[in-house]
Amino acid sequence: MGYPHKSHPRESPVLSQYFGDPEARTLAGWRARGGYEALQKALAMDPLEIQNIVKDSGLRGRGGAGFPTGLKWSFMKPDGKPHYMLCNADESEPGTFKDREIMRWTPHGLVEGVALAAYAIYAETAYIYIRGEFTEPLARMEDAIKEAYEAGILGSNAMGTGKRIDVHVHRGAGAYICGEETALMNSLEGRRGNPRIKPPFPAVAGLFGKPTTINNVETLAAAPYIVKNGAAWYKQYGRADNPKSVGTKLFSVCGNISRPGNYEVALGFPFKDFIHDLCGGALPERTIKAIIPGGSSVPILTLEEADTALMDYEGFAAVGTLLGSGGVIVFDDRQDMVKQIARLTRFYAHESCAQCSQCREGTAWTTRIMERIRDGQGTLEDFDTLLSIADNMTGKTICVLSDSCATPVVSGLKKFRGEFEAKIQPSRNKVTVHG
Amino acid sequence: MSHGPSASGGALVTAPAHAHHDVPYEIVFVGDRLAELNTILARYPNKMAALLPALWIVQDVRGWVSEDGMKEVAKLLELTPAYVKGVVSFYTMYHQHPVGTHFIQVCTTTPCNVCGAEDVVNSLLQHTGCGDLGLTSPDGKFTVIEVECLGACGFPTPIMINNEFVESVSPESVPRVLAELR
Ligand SMILES: Cc1cc2nc3c(=O)[nH]c(=O)nc-3n(C[C@H](O)[C@H](O)[C@H](O)COP(=O)(O)O)c2cc1C
Ligand code: SF4
Ligand code: FES
Repeated sequence: MGYPHKSHPRESPVLSQYFGDPEARTLAGWRARGGYEALQKALAMDPLEIQNIVKDSGLRGRGGAGFPTGLKWSFMKPDGKPHYMLCNADESEPGTFKDREIMRWTPHGLVEGVALAAYAIYAETAYIYIRGEFTEPLARMEDAIKEAYEAGILGSNAMGTGKRIDVHVHRGAGAYICGEETALMNSLEGRRGNPRIKPPFPAVAGLFGKPTTINNVETLAAAPYIVKNGAAWYKQYGRADNPKSVGTKLFSVCGNISRPGNYEVALGFPFKDFIHDLCGGALPERTIKAIIPGGSSVPILTLEEADTALMDYEGFAAVGTLLGSGGVIVFDDRQDMVKQIARLTRFYAHESCAQCSQCREGTAWTTRIMERIRDGQGTLEDFDTLLSIADNMTGKTICVLSDSCATPVVSGLKKFRGEFEAKIQPSRNKVTVHG
Repeated sequence: MSHGPSASGGALVTAPAHAHHDVPYEIVFVGDRLAELNTILARYPNKMAALLPALWIVQDVRGWVSEDGMKEVAKLLELTPAYVKGVVSFYTMYHQHPVGTHFIQVCTTTPCNVCGAEDVVNSLLQHTGCGDLGLTSPDGKFTVIEVECLGACGFPTPIMINNEFVESVSPESVPRVLAELR
């Protein structure tokens, strides 16, 4: 549902159906809503069977990259080594605030998903890494885990099956980069949150050097529904002509929009209807100018481009952007795009872990130049410099934070060039423009 | 990690002139807190993994993480103080200096920025008497810093006061929010 707003008839609330319902937070309330039936069912199955159902369902990672979840789980083999399940609850991508609501309203749903996934990948221990600022979600998760242990759902005899499943929360301490999966592992191990060079991939050597699977909160919260209702049920959500993107997805909507909030729709939903109908469109007497549809790391769209998009992995790719984390950021006609893109690059400069020189220097220089242009101190030459720095910081670093900083600059310069040019004062522009 | 090009962008907190360095150090991990640490240690295959949780306990008890606090944690987890300091300095939420009684973090990242977050910052600075970002008010009550996305972008402007979120703060609602704290 469009929490904090009522559900719109065109939404498909699955994960969000209990947002705003405090009873769903308790174990009794969760059980009354069919909770933990999926886990009970899963624990009676062979892990391989669960992996296959999830594979068949078409579920893809909701943390940003859209990697097929069942395939990821199938990398984990019963090799007798300790395995770890990790839940990525670091949610820090500007524009994204969906995992927060999942944890605040349906903490048992996440405990169930994490426990189910742990069993499916032959792990006995799972950690939920929650960003340090999320104090309320942390408290909700701790309460739910405590209740689940007391009820024998977790522990050495999970749901009376004789199988061990431990779930713990681990609190971060402020660092966007810890959302990157290998940085998260380092952070959990008590290190600085620097991403690791891959390979080795987590399924080979992840947390504490052991085979590890890491998934986003929303991905894991969806798993119990799939196990309970079947792959075919999940696949009914989506557009008929695109079997690659199925299921429901939460989109967080923010910025200059009438009804900001979390909306859950079937993938493939028309973006135009989503923005103008579900979210109420622009604020009174305003018009929308630009939309970033998948969190701050994906290319910016003009309204015209956005109006033609379909909300799934392929639909957003078709208009030159990405579904990403599903964080929709709306800009209206009052906004200075140069200023706002500069603010985004400042975010990346602040959050760079500084291991790679292209990222450390590139994010800092990009920000310096963007802020110079913003303040009317730039030249036309700066545009080329920005593009050349962007080129230097894309595809060349340990993780993609560096690329993410270049993205809004490149797409902004292309689509809102007029606004950039308007910032250049003729007196400062000593460059002759070649025709 | 704070090395951004803009001084106002980081969670940089300036040490008050009269830092509490001469107060004798009191051990944090005794009694219930030591028991809590032992419960936490049982969750991990090694001691180092309890570093972030242990530092949180220090900060919850003392309000910040001093060099002595780092030393105590280092000893308990069999790490060097220099290692612990290296980790502490990576993360923005551990205070390496004492801060105001009410530590206020305001999100000014783009989604909140387009909804007027900078005006909220200015209103907070004005009404707390902090003067500037990262400075503690003369009465020791407030410190205001600008932070990056708090993961609550649909409720602009979210601020955090110590461990509590306050959503949808506007320049006009700032006096009311502060009045509830005094
Ligand atoms: C800089 C950076 C930040 C990231 N932040 C998050 C995050 O906050 N939450 C998340 O789930 N994934 C985040 N990711 C993606 C994770 O690395 C990883 O792909 C994801 O957790 C996998 O889960 P999924 O397959 O369920 O999507 C981030 C990636 C990068 C490069
Ligand atoms: S790209 Fe940036 S954030 Fe990622 S590892 Fe390199 S320096 Fe760190
Ligand atoms: S941008 Fe302010 S909370 Fe996300």
